[in-house]
Parts: sequence; structure tokens; C-alpha cells
Amino acid sequence: MIRHLLSAGDLSLEDATLVLDTADEMARLTEGRAVKKLPTLRGRTVVNLFFEDSTRTRTSFELAAKRLSADVVNFSAKGSSLSKGESLKDTALTLEAMGADGVVVRHSASGAPYRLATSGWINACVVNAGDGTHEHPTQALLDAFTMRRHLGELAGRRIVIVGDVLHSRVARSNVLLLATLGAKVTLVAPPTLLPNGIEHWPCDTSLHLDDALGGADAVMMLRVQSERMNDAFFPSAREYSRRYGLDSRRQALMPPDALVLHPGPMNRGMEITAEVADSARSVIVEQVTNGVYVRMAVLYLMLAGTNPNTEEAA
Amino acid sequence: MNPILIQNARVLGGDPQDLLIRDGVIVALGAGAAPEAGENATTVDATGLIVLPGLVDLHTHLREPGREDAETVETGTRAAARGGFTAVHAMANTDPVADTAGVVEQVWRLGREAGHADVRPVGAVTVGLKGERLAELGAMAESAAGVRVFSDDGICVHDAMLMRRALEYVKAFDGVIAQHAQEPRLTEGAQMNEGELSGRLGLRGWPNVAEEAIVARDVLLAAHVGSRVHICHLSTKGSVEIVRLAKERGLPVTTEVTPHHLLLTDELVAGYDPRYKVNPPLRSAEDVAALREALADGTIDIVATDHAPHPVEAKDCEWDAAAFGMLGLETALSVVQHTMVDTGLLDWAGVADRLSFAPARIGRCDTGDQPHGRPIAAGEPANLTLVDPSTITTVDPSASASLSRNTPYEGMKLPGTVVATFLRGRPTHTTGGTA
Repeated sequence: MIRHLLSAGDLSLEDATLVLDTADEMARLTEGRAVKKLPTLRGRTVVNLFFEDSTRTRTSFELAAKRLSADVVNFSAKGSSLSKGESLKDTALTLEAMGADGVVVRHSASGAPYRLATSGWINACVVNAGDGTHEHPTQALLDAFTMRRHLGELAGRRIVIVGDVLHSRVARSNVLLLATLGAKVTLVAPPTLLPNGIEHWPCDTSLHLDDALGGADAVMMLRVQSERMNDAFFPSAREYSRRYGLDSRRQALMPPDALVLHPGPMNRGMEITAEVADSARSVIVEQVTNGVYVRMAVLYLMLAGTNPNTEEAA
Repeated sequence: MNPILIQNARVLGGDPQDLLIRDGVIVALGAGAAPEAGENATTVDATGLIVLPGLVDLHTHLREPGREDAETVETGTRAAARGGFTAVHAMANTDPVADTAGVVEQVWRLGREAGHADVRPVGAVTVGLKGERLAELGAMAESAAGVRVFSDDGICVHDAMLMRRALEYVKAFDGVIAQHAQEPRLTEGAQMNEGELSGRLGLRGWPNVAEEAIVARDVLLAAHVGSRVHICHLSTKGSVEIVRLAKERGLPVTTEVTPHHLLLTDELVAGYDPRYKVNPPLRSAEDVAALREALADGTIDIVATDHAPHPVEAKDCEWDAAAFGMLGLETALSVVQHTMVDTGLLDWAGVADRLSFAPARIGRCDTGDQPHGRPIAAGEPANLTLVDPSTITTVDPSASASLSRNTPYEGMKLPGTVVATFLRGRPTHTTGGTA
């Protein structure tokens, strides 16, 4: 298993499958149990280093670490030295001095987790919990986990990802991971929201949502920030949702058992209608639950091996 | 000072011959040099060494006044001497900005006091580099500093009307506007070359067209008003094509390329190491090839370093927060040898042209009391650089004379060593230390 999880592209098919299988195991061991705690990471310290607000991702990682009996420390930007301009380096040196075993980092700058892991500032394992417009590998893992639970193995499955690909770390990580797993990905977006050089990505692209929905096994809608409007990426929220939003008419174009995913938080009425988000084929709430299992698996696989005296899971 | 007899030196890479320097002037070349040297002459065995005219940098950031933690005129010119330069043009983006006669005279005087290389201050085009109204260009031109090059470098003079006026106005004192070509709206928040890698890394792209649009506009503006224009740090194949076309039409444009754009590509950004963060950004291998070809055929007139020192903390951070820029003075000639000479694209006479004669002409410091970029001939000032092209050295940032360490070449093996630099006959650098 890799030492740091910085990009979904770092995972080989073997590693990715191991994470997903381990997440299955985590689910089996905790789902429906009154006591959801495993002793696996007892004595380990996991630091959640969040330079950017994200209650849901931070909570998910916190819960995952606590269920593995790790000690969890939350460092958030608000009200701490992080908001007072303390540098990434000094924060890293502080965490190192405190003896962190794993650092889960969310940062607005693309590549910040990479700097943490490679600059020699710390020895801890680094997990990228979302960096700028770069990647969010555990989101891709939980999406793959969720789809796999419903669709079985993802090799050959057709996954459509729709929205602001240009600024989406979720899309980047998903494209890389799903390609590793052998799925066929189609990205759908207005031309302004497709990054330069996308023809080299391991996926197809389309500018027309209706055309892409026909053979889809799953459709993932990306959050669209309304401030993109001010940068002239598209004329108005209304036009965006008419051309690229998922509504009931479009859902009817999808095969009957195709899944609907969204990484959250949703803009209901913008990229997805409430009707679709709450429909029977939507697995959006399940994604949140699965996020904890996947993050348990990642933390377990990365940290449990760091000490030879570790008790095995299960 | 005793006369200096340089023996067996290959002037501009030609056949070995002797040179005699006396009172700051080259007094004899060839067979006549040794007999005329006299008994008290210091002899320098230059067997195997190339002699170039003292190099002239049209684009240097000396950071003083304002950021003396990154560089001072003293340390920056010491680095210049070690790199073989005898004159540097100090960019205007200091604090305070070099937009008045007072500031440019201060920088000029600091250069004279340090004595390592002549400092030719560049004046800002607009007050405070704000792009709103013209700075007092005439006052800077008439000051003791004798400014001839004006630039808002770091920021583009993007207002077409202001650019037109600046181009016209400096005709009165034979000045030139050196444009930092960067369309601002197309590069808001830009972090690296826009291409496949920027999309993959999630870093905001700096597209080629943002440079090319300004290059095209300014070439046309210069032609329209009959002024010369100089384009700083050309970085794209498209810019080269525009300039080539302009020169074919006889338009009055000159351009520069930096050593790093001749050697490094955006692939280096993949590790998010801010040492490779620079503006304009490192481009593709295709752009690099086009820049080398253009420098060889004269479409690009000169190499200019864009030496941009930054303190450690400005680079020891995440990519977005890091400063743009890299050191260049001490490695420039080695990079040019590596990319242009050793590849057969340029001979040493060509190097002399691109790094000394042409930049001196563009900066109008090839005439006057203390000229640079003059031919290596009897009667000319002894601004000379001795180069050993046979060495291979691993770049060690800690060995730099600069106060800063932000070289992108750390650990790289580069050819060539500047063995000695003479400023009007006085050694400002010899291997083993600054004289």
C-alpha cells in the first residue's frame, strides 16, 4: 500500500481493490452493530488539518478515525493560527513535534498535500482530503465503493460525470480511479468548464447531456458554484440547469436501474432537481455513510502497518 | 594597476592570441601584445579559454530599495560579475518603485559604490507600476542614471492608449519601452502554463495567447507610431512567429528570452515545487525548441536573465502562495552554452552578440563615457569575460553570491565556467572569488 494518498492516480488496481474490499470489511464489522468501534488504531494520532471549511468531510474522517480507536485532533482554519497566516510549513513542523501519525489535509491550494508529503517537513502519512481544484481521492473511493455495492465490479461500466469539471477535484479523482478500475467515463460539461488538454485524460467528453445518458450505469452530478456565473463560464443559473441539470425528463432517458450520485453539498434546482435527488435511484445519502467506511479503510491500511505491534483488524 | 597580458585566449572562440590591457583599455591584440606588455605586466594564461565581451543583462531584479532581504545592489552585482556580466539593467519594481529621478539615481549610485558591474537602472513606465499615468520618463532619462529602458516589468502596460503614448514619448530621448506581455484578464490568478498539465494539477492556467495577443498588439502599435519596442522574456512559439513576421516586414521590434525558458519545461511543475514557479511560466518542449531556433536565427535578439531573487520563505510553501521568479545571473552563460553552443545552434561569436553587443545596443549603453558591448579590439574598453567551456559543474545554490537561493538548476550538471570578468580592466571576478 502507498505511504501517502495524494492522488487517486497513485492507486494501482491492486491497491484500489484492496481499499474497496477493506471498506466492505469495515462496513460488515460496524453496520447494524451497537458498538461500532474497532481497536485497530489505538494509540495512533490522526490530525485533521483543515485549511478550508468542510464540515462533512472533516466529520467523516473524524468518525472514521474514532471508530478505529485512534486519537483525533482537529486543526481548523477558523479561530486558529491557520487563519492568522501561519505557514503550511510551520503548521507541519508543529504537527510533527506533536507526534502525528497521520495527517488528513484539506487546503484551498492545489498540491498543498503534495508539499506536506514531499518537503521533508513531516514523517506522518498524508491523506489528501481535497486540495484546491486538484483532487479528492477519498471522495472517488467512496463513489466507487457506492457504485460497486449496487453494480458489482466496475470494469466495463459506463459512468457519466456532469458539471464543472474545470474546477472539480471530485471529477479529477473519479476519472483517474474509475479508469484504473476499468470503467468507461464520460465527462459532460459546457465547453467553458472543460479543462485544456482534457483529450489526454482517460475518458470521453461530451457537450450534450441528453446524448450521454442513454447507456449510463451511473450519473454523477457535480456541484456548480454560482459565482462561476460572474466569470462568464455560463450566462445564468437557469440556462445552466436547462442545458446541464438533471431533472425527471432526463432521468427518464437513463436506464431504469441507473444510479444518481452527487458528492454534496447539492444546489437543488441548479445541477439537480429535488425530485431526482430524492428519487429511489439516488444513492446520495448512502454516499455519506459509505464515506466513513472508505476512510476507515484508508486510515487502517496506511497507519496500521506503521507499527509492528498493531493488532489486526477483525 | 599593472598592465594585464592575457595569453592564448580564443577571442569569440577564434584562434588563440594574446591581449594586452592597460589603464582599462585593450591596447593590443595578437602578436603585438606580448612585446608591448613590459616587465611589470601581470600575465594570465588563458589557454583553452574563450574571451567574450563583458556580458550585458537587460533584465535584472536587484530588489534594492525595499527588499534587501532578497538581494541588494551589492550582492546582485557580485552575482553578475561571477556570471560574466559587466553591466546589468536593474528593473523598476522595487519599493519604492523606480519611477522618479531620485530612485533611479540612488540605484545607479549604489551600483557605482559596489563596483562589481555597471548598474543601468530601468525606469517605470507608469507611476507606481499602476498602469494609470506615465511616470516622469524624461526626468529619469536626464538624471545621472541616464535611463534609456523603461518597463513596468512584472505587470503589463495593458492599456493600449497608454502604451501608445509611452512608445511615442520616449522617442525624444531615444528610449525604449520593454513590455512585459501579459494580457491581464486572461491570466487572473494564473499559476502555470495552460496545457494538459495545468488541467491535471488543478493549477490556474496562463495561456500562450495572453502573451501573444500583447506581442501582436505592441508590434503593430510600435509600427504605427514609428517607435521601437522591446518585448521581455518571450516564452511561446506563437510569440516567435509574430515577431518573425514583424521583423520580415522591417518593424522596429527587439525581443529577449531567458535562460530558463531555453532549458526548462512545465513538466517540472508536476511535483508542485515552487522553485519552478516563474512568470511567464515554463512552457512546453515545443515552445522551448521554437525559442532556441529563434535565438539562433536572430528572431530573438538577446538572452536576458530575469534574475529574480526571493527569500527562502517565499518558495518554502504551497505553490499558490509562492512568489514568481528564479535566479539567473550566475548560471546564464552555462545554460546558453548547454542549450545553444553545445547543440550547435550558436557559436561563441553568436553568444557575444546575444549576451553583449545586442543588449548593449538595445539599452543604448554601447556609447558614451563607459560603454559596454563593444568589439574586442585595440582602443576599446577592457570589459571582458573569460570562459572555460570544458568544465562540467553541479549547480550548488549555497555557493551563490546572491542573497537568495531560488535557483531551478540545483543539482543539475551544467557546462562552462566563468573564469574571470574584467570591468574596464579591473578583475571583478576570478575563479576562487571576487577580486
